[in-house]
Amino acid sequence: MFRESIIMSWKNIIHNKMRSFLTILGIVIGVAAIIALITIVQGVIDNVDEQFDKLGANTLIIQASGTPLKSGLNDYDIEALKNIEGITGIGPNVSLNMDIWYNGVIYENINIQGRNDIYFNKFADRIRSGRGINVLDVENKNNVCVISSDFEQKLFPGENGVNKTISIGGIEYVIVGVLGNDDNVVSVTTMMSADDEDIMIPYKNLMNISGMKNIVSLELYTREDANKEIVTQTVKTVLNAAFNYKDDSYILIEMDSLLDVMKTTQQMMKGMLVGIASISLVVGGIGIMNMMLVSVTERTTEIGLRKALGAQPRSIQLQFMIEAIFLSVLGGFVGIVIGGLISYIASNAIGIKLALEPSAVLLGFGFSAAVGIIFGSAPARKASKLNPIDALRSV
Amino acid sequence: MKKEILVMKDIVKVYHMGDEEQQILKHINFNVWENEFVSILGPSGSGKSTMMNIIGCLDVQTSGDYLLSGQNVSELNEVELARIRNKEIGFVFQQFQLLPRLSALENVELPLIYSKVPPRKRKEMAENILEKVGLKDKMKHYPNQLSGGQQQRVAIGRAIVTQPTILLADEPTGALDQKTGHQVMDLFKDLHKEGRTIIMITHDEEIAKNAQRIVRLLDGNLSEEVKTDV
Repeated sequence: MFRESIIMSWKNIIHNKMRSFLTILGIVIGVAAIIALITIVQGVIDNVDEQFDKLGANTLIIQASGTPLKSGLNDYDIEALKNIEGITGIGPNVSLNMDIWYNGVIYENINIQGRNDIYFNKFADRIRSGRGINVLDVENKNNVCVISSDFEQKLFPGENGVNKTISIGGIEYVIVGVLGNDDNVVSVTTMMSADDEDIMIPYKNLMNISGMKNIVSLELYTREDANKEIVTQTVKTVLNAAFNYKDDSYILIEMDSLLDVMKTTQQMMKGMLVGIASISLVVGGIGIMNMMLVSVTERTTEIGLRKALGAQPRSIQLQFMIEAIFLSVLGGFVGIVIGGLISYIASNAIGIKLALEPSAVLLGFGFSAAVGIIFGSAPARKASKLNPIDALRSV
Repeated sequence: MKKEILVMKDIVKVYHMGDEEQQILKHINFNVWENEFVSILGPSGSGKSTMMNIIGCLDVQTSGDYLLSGQNVSELNEVELARIRNKEIGFVFQQFQLLPRLSALENVELPLIYSKVPPRKRKEMAENILEKVGLKDKMKHYPNQLSGGQQQRVAIGRAIVTQPTILLADEPTGALDQKTGHQVMDLFKDLHKEGRTIIMITHDEEIAKNAQRIVRLLDGNLSEEVKTDV
C-alpha cells in the first residue's frame, strides 16, 4: 500500500514535471536559504570564536587603577595572585610611549609594551621570525625587544630586523624577534586599549624606565579545567585585600563570560535568520497545498474508481498525503543540495571553513516534511471524503 | 437449488433537487441467483445508474432492504462498504476507467492492492487473468497503447481478478464498435459459463439479449421479466 502510493506519487510528479518543479520551488528556496544561512553564519561564528578562543579563553583581565594611596599591584599582590589555585600564569601589560632611534632617524611617540615570558609562551605562534622574550630576559632585564612586522618594514624596508640594534629612550636594544602580520590576531588587552603594539620589551625594563613600581594592567591565565567561578572569587578576594575594599579600585573582566555573552548573541542572530528564512517555507507550503487541491479536482474520476475498486477512505487520504510529503521532501532535498552548494561557494569566497552541520540538514528535511504534512492534510482529507458516485459521474 | 446472492426488497431511492423531491426508484423488488446473467434494460433517465450504484454499494437506498450474500448493506459503514466493493463486486464501466499512468498489469493489480494481497502473489494473479482475457502479450502496455476493445478486456480482467460474487457491468460495449462489442460480449458469456454471476446494465435491446434474463426499468419501476434462450 505504502510502496504503491510512493510509486504512484513519483509517476504523477514525473508526469507533471513543470508543475511539480514550480510547486516545489518555494520549498527549495526556503530550505536552501535555511541551510545556506545556518552554514555561512555558523562558519563566521566559528571563525570569530576561534580567534577569541585563541586569545581570550581562560583569561582574566585586571585593570587595577587602585586607590590614591596605592596605584596598581605590587610584587606582594602579584605573588598572591600567582599562588591562586587554577591560575597558570600572569602576564603584566605595561605600556609607555617613547622615542626610537635608528640609523640617525628619530621615530617619535612609539608605543612600547612591557611583556613577560608567560605571555610569549601563550602566544608563541605570534612570532614570525626570531624568538619571543624569555624568562632570563625578564629576570636579567636584558635589553632585548620584539617588534611588529609593520614597524620592521618602517625601520628596515625589505630587510630582516632580527639581531639589529635600535635605541629605545637612549638605551640600545637588540631585536630578537618579529611578530607575524596577522590582522586577526590581536591581543585582548591591546584590543581594549586600542593601542598599536609596535615594540615589546621585558616588562621590568619598561617599569625601570618609567619609574613605575606597581602594575596596573595584567592578564591572568587560568587552567582549562579550573572552576572559573571559584578562581574569579579568589582573585576578587586578593584584589579586595590589596586595595582595602575600596570601591572602584579595580576592574575584573572575565573573558569566558564575555565569550558566553557573545555566543548567546550569535545563536540568537542565527535563530532569527532561520526564522526569517522559514517564512518562505510557509509560502512554499501554500504552493504545495494549491497544487494538491488542483490535483484532487483533476483526479476526481481516479479517486471514484479507486473507491469503487474497494479503496478505504484512509488509503485515499494516505496516497494524497504521501504525494504532498513526497513533493515537499523532494523540494527539501534539492534545497539542501543547493543550500550546501551556496554555502560552499560563499565559504570559499569569504575565506572561512565550511561548517555544514548535520543538524542543519536534518532541520531542512524536518521542515520540508512538516510542511508536506501540514499543507497536504487538507487536500488529502478532501480527496478521501469524495463521494464515489459523484466522482465517477464526472467523466 | 441455486443460492440467492442478491435480494432487493421494496427499494426506494429519493433524490432531493433543491426543494423538489424526486423518486428515482419506486419500490423495486429484484433477485439474482448464483451464476445468473441478467440484463437491466432501460432508457436514459429510467434510474439504471441509481440501480447500479445501489447494487454496487456505491450508494445507499432511501428505504427498503438490500441483501448481498446475506449481508444487509444498509447497515454497513463506509469502511465495510469499501471492503464489500472490493470483495463482492467487480465493476466494468462504459469508459473502461483505466488509470492512464499504470500499465495493463498494474491496472489489474489495483483492486488486489486494496485487498492487501502481497506484491508477488498480486502480479501472478494479474498475469493469469490477463492471459485469460487474451492480453498475455500486452501486459506492459499502457492504456493509450491499447485499442478500445483491449482496454475493456483489461477492465474486465481488473473486475474479475478479486473473484467477486457479482460482475457488475455498466454499458460495457457503449464505447466500442459493433465487432469489438461482440467480442466483449463473448467474453462475458465465457465468464458466465465458468460460473460467474453477471449483472449488465444497458439501454441496448440487442446487447441485453446476450443475457439469460432481461428486466426492464422504466421511470423507476422494474416491470417485466423476459427469459431469453441463452
